[in-house]
Amino acid sequence: MIGVIDHGAGNLVSITNALTTVGEDSTLVSSSQELADVDAIVLPGVGATGPAMARLQETGLDMALRSWSGPLLGICVGFQLLFDRSDEDHRPCLGVMQGNVSEIAGRPLPHTGWNDVDHTGDPLFSGIPSGETFYFVHSFAPVPRDDEIVIATTHHGDTFVAAARDRNRIGVQFHPERSGASGTRLLANFVSMVRTSRRVA
Amino acid sequence: MLRKRIIPCLDVADGRVVKGIQFVDIVDAGDPVELASRYAAQGADEICFLDITASSDERRTLLDVVARTAARVNVPLTVGGGVRSVEDMRAVLRAGADKVAVNTAAVRRPDLLKECATTFGRQCVVLAIDARTVSPQSWSVYTHGGRRDAAVDAVGWAELGASLGAGELLVTSMDRDGTKDGYDLDLLSAIRRVVDVPLIASGGAGGAADMVDALSKGHADAVLAASIFHHGEYTVGTLKQELSRAGIAVREESSVTWP
Repeated sequence: MIGVIDHGAGNLVSITNALTTVGEDSTLVSSSQELADVDAIVLPGVGATGPAMARLQETGLDMALRSWSGPLLGICVGFQLLFDRSDEDHRPCLGVMQGNVSEIAGRPLPHTGWNDVDHTGDPLFSGIPSGETFYFVHSFAPVPRDDEIVIATTHHGDTFVAAARDRNRIGVQFHPERSGASGTRLLANFVSMVRTSRRVA
Repeated sequence: MLRKRIIPCLDVADGRVVKGIQFVDIVDAGDPVELASRYAAQGADEICFLDITASSDERRTLLDVVARTAARVNVPLTVGGGVRSVEDMRAVLRAGADKVAVNTAAVRRPDLLKECATTFGRQCVVLAIDARTVSPQSWSVYTHGGRRDAAVDAVGWAELGASLGAGELLVTSMDRDGTKDGYDLDLLSAIRRVVDVPLIASGGAGGAADMVDALSKGHADAVLAASIFHHGEYTVGTLKQELSRAGIAVREESSVTWP
Protein backbone atom coordinates (compact mmCIF):
# COMPACT_ATOMS: atom_id res chain seq x y z
CA MET A 1 0.00 0.00 0.00
CA ILE A 2 1.35 3.41 -1.03
CA GLY A 3 0.61 6.34 1.27
CA VAL A 4 -0.10 9.65 -0.45
CA ILE A 5 0.75 12.46 1.96
CA ASP A 6 -2.08 14.97 2.39
CA HIS A 7 -0.53 18.31 3.35
CA GLY A 8 -3.74 20.23 2.97
CA ALA A 9 -3.22 21.99 -0.34
CA GLY A 10 -3.79 20.87 -3.83
CA ASN A 11 -4.97 18.07 -5.97
CA LEU A 12 -4.59 14.54 -4.59
CA VAL A 13 -7.20 12.99 -6.87
CA SER A 14 -4.91 12.94 -9.89
CA ILE A 15 -2.10 11.04 -8.20
CA THR A 16 -4.37 8.50 -6.48
CA ASN A 17 -6.20 7.91 -9.79
CA ALA A 18 -2.88 7.49 -11.59
CA LEU A 19 -1.65 4.94 -9.01
CA THR A 20 -4.90 3.01 -9.45
CA THR A 21 -4.29 3.04 -13.22
CA VAL A 22 -0.91 1.34 -12.74
CA GLY A 23 -2.49 -1.25 -10.45
CA GLU A 24 -1.39 -0.05 -7.02
CA ASP A 25 -3.59 0.68 -4.02
CA SER A 26 -3.02 3.96 -2.24
CA THR A 27 -4.38 5.68 0.82
CA LEU A 28 -4.28 9.31 1.95
CA VAL A 29 -2.02 9.90 4.94
CA SER A 30 -2.41 12.97 7.15
CA SER A 31 -0.77 11.80 10.39
CA SER A 32 2.40 9.92 11.25
CA GLN A 33 0.37 7.07 12.84
CA GLU A 34 -1.21 6.32 9.46
CA LEU A 35 2.24 5.56 8.05
CA ALA A 36 2.18 2.23 9.92
CA ASP A 37 -0.06 0.78 7.20
CA VAL A 38 2.05 1.78 4.18
CA ASP A 39 5.34 0.57 2.73
CA ALA A 40 5.98 3.42 0.24
CA ILE A 41 5.21 7.12 0.14
CA VAL A 42 4.24 9.65 -2.51
CA LEU A 43 4.70 13.26 -1.41
CA PRO A 44 2.71 15.41 -3.87
CA GLY A 45 2.18 17.94 -5.66
CA VAL A 46 0.49 21.28 -5.97
CA GLY A 47 1.02 23.95 -3.33
CA ALA A 48 3.58 26.28 -1.84
CA THR A 49 6.48 24.99 0.27
CA GLY A 50 5.77 27.19 3.34
CA PRO A 51 2.18 26.11 4.08
CA ALA A 52 2.99 22.49 3.12
CA MET A 53 5.96 22.37 5.53
CA ALA A 54 3.90 24.01 8.30
CA ARG A 55 1.20 21.37 7.87
CA LEU A 56 3.77 18.54 7.99
CA GLN A 57 5.13 20.00 11.24
CA GLU A 58 1.67 20.29 12.82
CA THR A 59 0.97 16.61 12.16
CA GLY A 60 4.41 15.29 13.06
CA LEU A 61 4.80 13.99 9.53
CA ASP A 62 7.98 16.05 9.10
CA MET A 63 9.88 13.87 11.59
CA ALA A 64 8.29 10.68 10.25
CA LEU A 65 9.37 11.58 6.69
CA ARG A 66 12.92 12.40 7.83
CA SER A 67 13.29 8.93 9.33
CA TRP A 68 11.41 7.09 6.54
CA SER A 69 13.65 4.48 4.90
CA GLY A 70 11.24 2.90 2.39
CA PRO A 71 10.62 4.03 -1.21
CA LEU A 72 9.60 7.67 -1.48
CA LEU A 73 8.56 9.72 -4.51
CA GLY A 74 8.32 13.51 -4.18
CA ILE A 75 6.43 15.33 -6.92
CA CYS A 76 6.88 19.05 -7.74
CA VAL A 77 6.60 20.83 -4.37
CA GLY A 78 6.93 17.39 -2.78
CA PHE A 79 10.32 17.09 -4.50
CA GLN A 80 11.35 20.55 -3.29
CA LEU A 81 10.34 19.69 0.30
CA LEU A 82 12.99 16.93 0.37
CA PHE A 83 15.81 19.51 0.31
CA ASP A 84 17.37 21.62 3.08
CA ARG A 85 15.53 24.90 2.47
CA SER A 86 13.59 26.88 -0.12
CA ASP A 87 14.01 30.45 -1.31
CA GLU A 88 10.22 30.52 -1.82
CA ASP A 89 9.51 30.90 1.88
CA HIS A 90 13.02 31.12 3.36
CA ARG A 91 12.33 28.33 5.79
CA PRO A 92 13.81 24.90 6.42
CA CYS A 93 12.39 21.91 4.57
CA LEU A 94 12.87 18.18 5.33
CA GLY A 95 16.57 18.06 4.52
CA VAL A 96 16.66 14.43 3.39
CA MET A 97 18.39 15.54 0.18
CA GLN A 98 21.20 18.08 0.43
CA GLY A 99 20.86 21.43 -1.33
CA ASN A 100 18.53 24.42 -1.61
CA VAL A 101 15.50 25.27 -3.74
CA SER A 102 15.84 28.36 -5.96
CA GLU A 103 13.80 30.25 -8.52
CA ILE A 104 14.50 29.10 -12.06
CA ALA A 105 15.94 31.50 -14.64
CA GLY A 106 13.57 31.24 -17.61
CA ARG A 107 10.69 33.44 -18.68
CA PRO A 108 7.74 33.21 -18.79
CA LEU A 109 7.54 32.25 -15.13
CA PRO A 110 5.95 30.11 -13.71
CA HIS A 111 7.40 27.54 -16.11
CA THR A 112 4.07 26.11 -17.26
CA GLY A 113 3.56 23.42 -19.87
CA TRP A 114 5.23 20.48 -21.56
CA ASN A 115 9.00 20.42 -21.80
CA ASP A 116 11.71 17.89 -22.70
CA VAL A 117 13.20 15.80 -19.92
CA ASP A 118 16.73 14.54 -20.65
CA HIS A 119 17.55 11.63 -18.39
CA THR A 120 20.57 9.52 -17.49
CA GLY A 121 18.89 6.14 -18.04
CA ASP A 122 17.89 5.59 -14.42
CA PRO A 123 15.35 2.72 -14.09
CA LEU A 124 12.73 5.33 -13.09
CA PHE A 125 12.71 6.24 -16.82
CA SER A 126 12.67 2.66 -18.10
CA GLY A 127 10.82 2.53 -21.45
CA ILE A 128 10.81 6.34 -21.76
CA PRO A 129 13.21 7.85 -24.33
CA SER A 130 15.42 10.71 -23.14
CA GLY A 131 13.90 13.96 -24.42
CA GLU A 132 10.29 12.86 -23.89
CA THR A 133 8.01 15.73 -22.77
CA PHE A 134 6.44 15.96 -19.31
CA TYR A 135 4.11 18.56 -17.80
CA PHE A 136 5.60 21.20 -15.49
CA VAL A 137 4.00 23.99 -13.49
CA HIS A 138 6.44 25.64 -11.05
CA SER A 139 8.70 28.61 -10.46
CA PHE A 140 11.29 26.96 -8.22
CA ALA A 141 13.52 23.90 -8.54
CA PRO A 142 16.04 22.15 -6.28
CA VAL A 143 19.76 22.73 -6.68
CA PRO A 144 21.28 19.55 -5.18
CA ARG A 145 24.66 19.90 -3.52
CA ASP A 146 25.74 16.61 -5.02
CA ASP A 147 25.44 16.30 -8.85
CA GLU A 148 25.52 12.53 -8.58
CA ILE A 149 21.89 12.36 -7.45
CA VAL A 150 20.68 14.19 -10.60
CA ILE A 151 18.94 11.72 -12.95
CA ALA A 152 17.20 14.18 -15.32
CA THR A 153 17.40 17.81 -16.42
CA THR A 154 15.24 20.26 -18.35
CA HIS A 155 15.97 23.61 -19.96
CA HIS A 156 13.98 26.82 -19.43
CA GLY A 157 16.24 29.85 -19.61
CA ASP A 158 18.87 27.70 -17.95
CA THR A 159 19.22 23.98 -17.23
CA PHE A 160 17.54 22.87 -14.00
CA VAL A 161 17.12 19.54 -12.21
CA ALA A 162 13.97 17.70 -13.34
CA ALA A 163 14.56 14.53 -11.28
CA ALA A 164 16.92 13.28 -8.58
CA ARG A 165 17.47 9.98 -6.84
CA ASP A 166 19.33 8.98 -3.70
CA ARG A 167 18.84 5.21 -3.40
CA ASN A 168 15.08 4.74 -2.92
CA ARG A 169 14.37 8.42 -2.31
CA ILE A 170 13.25 9.93 -5.60
CA GLY A 171 11.94 13.33 -6.64
CA VAL A 172 10.57 14.72 -9.89
CA GLN A 173 9.89 18.39 -10.63
CA PHE A 174 7.27 17.62 -13.30
CA HIS A 175 3.83 16.06 -12.75
CA PRO A 176 3.86 12.41 -13.88
CA GLU A 177 0.17 12.13 -12.93
CA ARG A 178 -0.62 14.81 -15.54
CA SER A 179 1.93 13.86 -18.21
CA GLY A 180 -0.07 11.45 -20.37
CA ALA A 181 1.34 8.01 -21.18
CA SER A 182 4.95 8.97 -20.30
CA GLY A 183 3.91 9.99 -16.82
CA THR A 184 1.83 6.86 -16.30
CA ARG A 185 4.81 4.76 -17.39
CA LEU A 186 7.09 6.58 -14.94
CA LEU A 187 4.66 5.90 -12.07
CA ALA A 188 4.50 2.25 -13.14
CA ASN A 189 8.32 2.17 -12.94
CA PHE A 190 8.18 3.62 -9.42
CA VAL A 191 5.59 1.00 -8.44
CA SER A 192 7.82 -1.80 -9.74
CA MET A 193 10.65 -0.46 -7.54
CA VAL A 194 8.23 -0.55 -4.60
CA ARG A 195 7.35 -4.16 -5.42
CA THR A 196 11.03 -5.10 -5.67
CA SER A 197 11.69 -3.60 -2.24
CA ARG A 198 8.71 -5.60 -0.88
CA ARG A 199 10.26 -8.84 -2.14
CA VAL A 200 13.61 -7.96 -0.55
CA ALA A 201 11.85 -7.13 2.72
CA MET B 1 12.07 23.66 -25.29
CA LEU B 2 8.80 24.63 -23.65
CA ARG B 3 6.03 23.73 -26.10
CA LYS B 4 3.17 26.02 -27.07
CA ARG B 5 -0.02 24.61 -25.58
CA ILE B 6 -3.33 23.86 -27.29
CA ILE B 7 -6.17 24.03 -24.78
CA PRO B 8 -9.70 22.97 -25.70
CA CYS B 9 -12.15 24.92 -23.57
CA LEU B 10 -15.35 23.45 -22.21
CA ASP B 11 -17.81 26.17 -21.24
CA VAL B 12 -20.23 24.41 -18.94
CA ALA B 13 -23.72 25.49 -17.87
CA ASP B 14 -26.00 23.22 -15.86
CA GLY B 15 -23.67 20.26 -16.37
CA ARG B 16 -23.57 20.48 -20.20
CA VAL B 17 -20.91 21.91 -22.50
CA VAL B 18 -22.28 24.97 -24.27
CA LYS B 19 -20.92 27.50 -26.71
CA GLY B 20 -22.18 30.98 -27.48
CA ILE B 21 -21.22 33.83 -29.76
CA GLN B 22 -19.91 36.97 -28.04
CA PHE B 23 -21.05 35.39 -24.74
CA VAL B 24 -24.73 35.05 -25.81
CA ASP B 25 -26.80 32.80 -28.16
CA ILE B 26 -25.67 29.73 -26.24
CA VAL B 27 -26.15 26.27 -27.77
CA ASP B 28 -25.58 22.75 -26.37
CA ALA B 29 -22.32 21.06 -27.45
CA GLY B 30 -22.25 17.85 -25.38
CA ASP B 31 -21.25 16.09 -22.17
CA PRO B 32 -18.21 17.64 -20.37
CA VAL B 33 -16.63 14.35 -19.28
CA GLU B 34 -16.97 12.76 -22.74
CA LEU B 35 -15.60 15.82 -24.54
CA ALA B 36 -12.66 16.26 -22.14
CA SER B 37 -11.69 12.59 -22.59
CA ARG B 38 -11.94 12.84 -26.37
CA TYR B 39 -9.78 15.97 -26.55
CA ALA B 40 -7.19 14.52 -24.16
CA ALA B 41 -6.96 11.40 -26.34
CA GLN B 42 -6.47 13.64 -29.39
CA GLY B 43 -3.42 15.27 -27.79
CA ALA B 44 -4.79 18.28 -25.92
CA ASP B 45 -2.01 19.75 -23.74
CA GLU B 46 -4.46 20.83 -21.09
CA ILE B 47 -8.23 21.03 -20.69
CA CYS B 48 -9.98 24.18 -19.54
CA PHE B 49 -13.34 23.89 -17.90
CA LEU B 50 -15.33 27.07 -17.23
CA ASP B 51 -18.58 26.93 -15.30
CA ILE B 52 -19.98 29.95 -17.13
CA THR B 53 -23.13 30.45 -15.13
CA ALA B 54 -21.55 29.93 -11.71
CA SER B 55 -20.83 33.56 -11.01
CA SER B 56 -23.97 35.14 -12.45
CA ASP B 57 -26.24 32.60 -10.81
CA GLU B 58 -24.40 32.91 -7.48
CA ARG B 59 -23.66 29.20 -7.58
CA ARG B 60 -20.59 27.18 -6.64
CA THR B 61 -18.66 25.26 -9.27
CA LEU B 62 -20.09 21.87 -10.07
CA LEU B 63 -17.50 19.92 -8.18
CA ASP B 64 -18.78 16.50 -9.11
CA VAL B 65 -18.43 17.24 -12.82
CA VAL B 66 -14.89 18.46 -12.10
CA ALA B 67 -14.12 15.26 -10.22
CA ARG B 68 -15.49 12.99 -12.95
CA THR B 69 -13.60 14.94 -15.62
CA ALA B 70 -10.36 14.92 -13.63
CA ALA B 71 -10.61 11.16 -13.09
CA ARG B 72 -10.83 10.46 -16.81
CA VAL B 73 -8.04 12.68 -18.21
CA ASN B 74 -4.30 12.45 -17.51
CA VAL B 75 -3.46 15.93 -18.74
CA PRO B 76 -3.80 19.09 -16.62
CA LEU B 77 -7.20 20.54 -15.91
CA THR B 78 -7.88 24.22 -15.33
CA VAL B 79 -11.23 25.03 -13.74
CA GLY B 80 -12.97 28.37 -13.35
CA GLY B 81 -16.34 29.73 -12.39
CA GLY B 82 -17.75 30.86 -9.08
CA VAL B 83 -14.53 30.77 -7.07
CA ARG B 84 -14.76 33.51 -4.45
CA SER B 85 -12.45 32.50 -1.63
CA VAL B 86 -9.40 30.47 -0.65
CA GLU B 87 -11.78 27.76 0.59
CA ASP B 88 -13.63 27.69 -2.76
CA MET B 89 -10.28 27.28 -4.49
CA ARG B 90 -9.23 24.52 -2.12
CA ALA B 91 -12.47 22.63 -2.89
CA VAL B 92 -11.88 22.89 -6.66
CA LEU B 93 -8.26 21.71 -6.32
CA ARG B 94 -9.29 18.82 -4.11
CA ALA B 95 -11.95 17.81 -6.64
CA GLY B 96 -9.11 17.27 -9.11
CA ALA B 97 -8.28 20.59 -10.77
CA ASP B 98 -4.61 21.46 -11.29
CA LYS B 99 -5.17 25.19 -11.75
CA VAL B 100 -8.06 27.43 -10.81
CA ALA B 101 -9.20 30.48 -12.75
CA VAL B 102 -10.79 33.48 -11.03
CA ASN B 103 -12.36 36.57 -12.57
CA THR B 104 -15.30 38.30 -10.85
CA ALA B 105 -14.19 37.72 -7.25
CA ALA B 106 -10.66 38.96 -7.98
CA VAL B 107 -11.94 42.15 -9.63
CA ARG B 108 -14.14 42.77 -6.60
CA ARG B 109 -11.31 42.00 -4.14
CA PRO B 110 -7.84 41.85 -5.77
CA ASP B 111 -6.19 40.56 -2.55
CA LEU B 112 -7.91 37.21 -3.24
CA LEU B 113 -5.12 36.58 -5.77
CA LYS B 114 -2.49 37.14 -3.09
CA GLU B 115 -4.27 34.89 -0.58
CA CYS B 116 -4.66 32.04 -3.09
CA ALA B 117 -1.05 32.34 -4.25
CA THR B 118 0.25 32.30 -0.67
CA THR B 119 -1.80 29.22 0.19
CA PHE B 120 -1.48 27.14 -2.98
CA GLY B 121 1.44 28.69 -4.86
CA ARG B 122 1.03 31.14 -7.73
CA GLN B 123 1.48 28.36 -10.29
CA CYS B 124 -2.11 27.23 -9.80
CA VAL B 125 -3.73 30.68 -9.73
CA VAL B 126 -5.05 31.74 -13.14
CA LEU B 127 -6.52 35.20 -13.61
CA ALA B 128 -9.24 35.10 -16.28
CA ILE B 129 -9.73 38.48 -17.95
CA ASP B 130 -12.77 38.99 -20.18
CA ALA B 131 -12.03 42.17 -22.14
CA ARG B 132 -14.07 44.26 -24.56
CA THR B 133 -12.69 47.03 -26.76
CA VAL B 134 -13.49 50.56 -25.59
CA SER B 135 -11.41 52.38 -28.22
CA PRO B 136 -8.30 51.43 -30.22
CA GLN B 137 -5.64 50.08 -27.81
CA SER B 138 -8.04 50.29 -24.87
CA TRP B 139 -10.05 47.44 -23.34
CA SER B 140 -12.39 47.20 -20.36
CA VAL B 141 -12.69 44.21 -17.99
CA TYR B 142 -16.07 42.45 -17.78
CA THR B 143 -17.26 40.27 -14.91
CA HIS B 144 -20.22 37.94 -14.17
CA GLY B 145 -19.71 35.87 -17.34
CA GLY B 146 -19.42 38.96 -19.53
CA ARG B 147 -22.57 40.59 -18.21
CA ARG B 148 -21.09 43.51 -16.26
CA ASP B 149 -18.59 46.17 -17.28
CA ALA B 150 -16.22 46.55 -14.34
CA ALA B 151 -14.88 49.78 -15.87
CA VAL B 152 -11.32 48.60 -15.19
CA ASP B 153 -8.54 48.90 -17.80
CA ALA B 154 -7.67 45.36 -18.90
CA VAL B 155 -3.94 45.92 -19.43
CA GLY B 156 -3.51 47.62 -16.06
CA TRP B 157 -5.52 44.85 -14.38
CA ALA B 158 -3.33 42.19 -16.01
CA GLU B 159 -0.22 43.86 -14.63
CA LEU B 160 -1.69 44.28 -11.14
CA GLY B 161 -3.08 40.73 -11.12
CA ALA B 162 0.29 39.20 -12.01
CA SER B 163 2.04 41.28 -9.36
CA LEU B 164 -0.48 40.18 -6.70
CA GLY B 165 -0.06 36.47 -7.39
CA ALA B 166 -1.68 35.30 -10.62
CA GLY B 167 0.65 32.73 -12.17
CA GLU B 168 -1.07 32.74 -15.53
CA LEU B 169 -3.45 34.98 -17.47
CA LEU B 170 -6.36 33.68 -19.53
CA VAL B 171 -7.22 36.62 -21.77
CA THR B 172 -10.51 36.41 -23.65
CA SER B 173 -11.52 38.97 -26.24
CA MET B 174 -15.28 39.31 -25.90
CA ASP B 175 -15.41 41.12 -29.25
CA ARG B 176 -13.93 38.07 -30.97
CA ASP B 177 -15.50 35.30 -28.86
CA GLY B 178 -17.19 32.71 -31.12
CA THR B 179 -16.75 34.88 -34.25
CA LYS B 180 -13.80 32.92 -35.76
CA ASP B 181 -12.32 36.29 -36.83
CA GLY B 182 -9.00 35.53 -35.09
CA TYR B 183 -7.62 36.41 -31.67
CA ASP B 184 -7.23 40.08 -30.66
CA LEU B 185 -3.48 40.37 -31.28
CA ASP B 186 -3.34 44.02 -30.12
CA LEU B 187 -4.83 43.04 -26.74
CA LEU B 188 -2.43 40.10 -26.34
CA SER B 189 0.62 42.17 -27.30
CA ALA B 190 -0.37 45.01 -24.97
CA ILE B 191 -0.65 42.59 -22.04
CA ARG B 192 2.52 40.68 -22.98
CA ARG B 193 4.46 43.97 -22.75
CA VAL B 194 3.56 44.38 -19.05
CA VAL B 195 3.64 40.80 -17.67
CA ASP B 196 6.07 37.86 -17.78
CA VAL B 197 3.68 35.16 -16.57
CA PRO B 198 2.29 32.69 -19.15
CA LEU B 199 -0.43 34.12 -21.36
CA ILE B 200 -3.31 32.08 -22.78
CA ALA B 201 -5.06 33.61 -25.80
CA SER B 202 -8.80 33.11 -26.01
CA GLY B 203 -11.70 34.28 -28.14
CA GLY B 204 -11.90 34.27 -31.93
CA ALA B 205 -10.07 31.16 -33.12
CA GLY B 206 -11.26 30.28 -36.63
CA GLY B 207 -8.40 28.04 -37.63
CA ALA B 208 -4.74 27.15 -37.38
CA ALA B 209 -3.57 30.42 -38.97
CA ASP B 210 -5.21 32.42 -36.17
CA MET B 211 -3.38 30.31 -33.60
CA VAL B 212 -0.05 30.77 -35.36
CA ASP B 213 -0.64 34.55 -35.21
CA ALA B 214 -1.54 34.51 -31.49
CA LEU B 215 1.52 32.38 -30.61
CA SER B 216 3.94 34.42 -32.74
CA LYS B 217 2.70 38.00 -33.28
CA GLY B 218 0.57 37.98 -30.11
CA HIS B 219 3.39 36.39 -28.03
CA ALA B 220 0.95 34.02 -26.31
CA ASP B 221 2.21 30.82 -24.65
CA ALA B 222 -0.98 28.89 -25.22
CA VAL B 223 -4.14 29.13 -27.28
CA LEU B 224 -7.57 28.23 -26.08
CA ALA B 225 -10.42 27.34 -28.42
CA ALA B 226 -13.87 25.83 -28.20
CA SER B 227 -16.01 26.10 -31.35
CA ILE B 228 -13.47 24.74 -33.83
CA PHE B 229 -13.15 21.55 -31.77
CA HIS B 230 -16.82 21.18 -30.77
CA HIS B 231 -17.94 21.57 -34.39
CA GLY B 232 -15.40 19.03 -35.59
CA GLU B 233 -13.58 21.36 -37.99
CA TYR B 234 -10.31 20.28 -36.38
CA THR B 235 -9.20 17.57 -34.04
CA VAL B 236 -6.41 18.59 -31.68
CA GLY B 237 -4.15 16.30 -33.72
CA THR B 238 -4.88 17.83 -37.13
CA LEU B 239 -4.52 21.30 -35.65
CA LYS B 240 -1.12 20.46 -34.17
CA GLN B 241 0.07 19.14 -37.53
CA GLU B 242 -0.76 22.49 -39.14
CA LEU B 243 0.89 24.47 -36.35
CA SER B 244 3.98 22.31 -36.59
CA ARG B 245 4.19 22.90 -40.36
CA ALA B 246 3.99 26.65 -39.64
CA GLY B 247 7.05 26.36 -37.37
CA ILE B 248 5.30 26.39 -33.99
CA ALA B 249 6.86 24.01 -31.41
CA VAL B 250 3.99 21.82 -30.20
CA ARG B 251 4.03 18.61 -28.16
CA GLU B 252 4.08 15.66 -30.49
CA GLU B 253 2.36 12.37 -29.89
CA SER B 254 4.37 10.30 -27.41
CA SER B 255 5.99 7.03 -28.45
CA VAL B 256 5.62 5.77 -24.89
CA THR B 257 2.83 3.31 -24.36
CA TRP B 258 1.02 2.19 -21.28
CA PRO B 259 0.61 -0.63 -20.49
